[in-house]
Amino acid sequence: MSIRHALLALLSEEPKFGLRLQQEFENRTGEVWPLNVGQVYTTLQRLERDGLVESDESQGPQKDFTITQAGLDELVSWLRSPPPSDIPPRDELVIKVLVAVQVPGVNVRDIIQAHRRHLIETMQRFTHLKAGSDESDIGLALVLDAELFRLEGVVRWLDAADTRLGSRPQNDTSREKRATQQRSEVTS
Amino acid sequence: MTAMLQMHGISKVYGSGPTEVHALEGVDLSVERGELVAIMGPSGSGKSTLLTIAGSLEEPTSGEVMIDGSELSGMSDDERARLRRRSVGYVFQHFNLLPGLTAAENVALPLELDGIPAEQARASALETVHSLGLTDRADHYPDDLSGGERQRVAIGRAVVGNRRLVLADEPSGALDSVNGESVMRLLRETCRGGVAGVVVTHDSQLAAWADRVLFLRDGRMVDQTLPVPGAESLLADGYQE
Repeated sequence: MSIRHALLALLSEEPKFGLRLQQEFENRTGEVWPLNVGQVYTTLQRLERDGLVESDESQGPQKDFTITQAGLDELVSWLRSPPPSDIPPRDELVIKVLVAVQVPGVNVRDIIQAHRRHLIETMQRFTHLKAGSDESDIGLALVLDAELFRLEGVVRWLDAADTRLGSRPQNDTSREKRATQQRSEVTS
Repeated sequence: MTAMLQMHGISKVYGSGPTEVHALEGVDLSVERGELVAIMGPSGSGKSTLLTIAGSLEEPTSGEVMIDGSELSGMSDDERARLRRRSVGYVFQHFNLLPGLTAAENVALPLELDGIPAEQARASALETVHSLGLTDRADHYPDDLSGGERQRVAIGRAVVGNRRLVLADEPSGALDSVNGESVMRLLRETCRGGVAGVVVTHDSQLAAWADRVLFLRDGRMVDQTLPVPGAESLLADGYQE
């Protein structure tokens, strides 16, 4: 989450001071991402240095910050630009499953189930938080949805891996050798 | 307290000889009043079979099923049918509402089938329809309802008249995720009111509404989740940033 752009978004409504920015940030992200006031002031200083916000002359905690035209342009450009992503993603879970396939004596489908259970337990905690929250709290609902869809995607990948591994012929070494040979032909 | 639904050593075999299929093997399941349990598994894992056996729509090859302390195998067909009508509610993937009946009439149906006079059945049905937030839809036919409303009616039909066990098979069917969420919210609230609920699904987002999630694979229960800790545990788990 870019604190820098979150603060610009909050300032796009009207001028605000640091403590208010911190409180509004937490309210709108459903208090799932706590932000300390020190981070807010450090970020505001950098935004001012870069000409994206201006502050009034007053000193102390009531000092108001205002977004500049350059700040508004930066905000809109950030909203439209795709978030950075690693290609391919270096996902530790993917690596664990790939490794589990190779390790003798390890049942990869049991490893998959252990991760599936752990993910669903996390999803239950998010869902129960949703169940206990006010349905009109849109900020919290959006944040929880994002986490739940992400986790669901991981569970679905595990399900697909489980199905592929389940239909794999057991101990078919000739097939493995053939596959290794094909791979070496491709790479050579 | 005795569990509302108890299943011990349930096995189900279809066919015989070389074509024999073991749909379930030695499954145990116990669900208390007030508890919502989800059963997850891929297609062919036996989860729908488990649900139909729990609801006495199908008999196990071996093992015993008890609903509210009464063993199903010791009952006559009539007694079992009465138990199904009075104590057990079903929610199906495709809602299965009768198109020629209004929302309230669909909800009243199980009561009328149980011999409750029409007027009394309608009064209970309207109460249920009201509690589902569908008061102004009571006299609409299923064709005039949205998917989410139809599924609310289906849940109403499953819980009307103090049914104590609700069984749901992929209850959000083809609903979008927000409507699917309201279905699960409703099931969860229903269970909190003293009903035992079992949902079978392959959808992790739906399963996450449950108090416990059990995992079925090739007809066997292979794993289950630990009790859900409070929300504050999420913050301690690296979600600060």
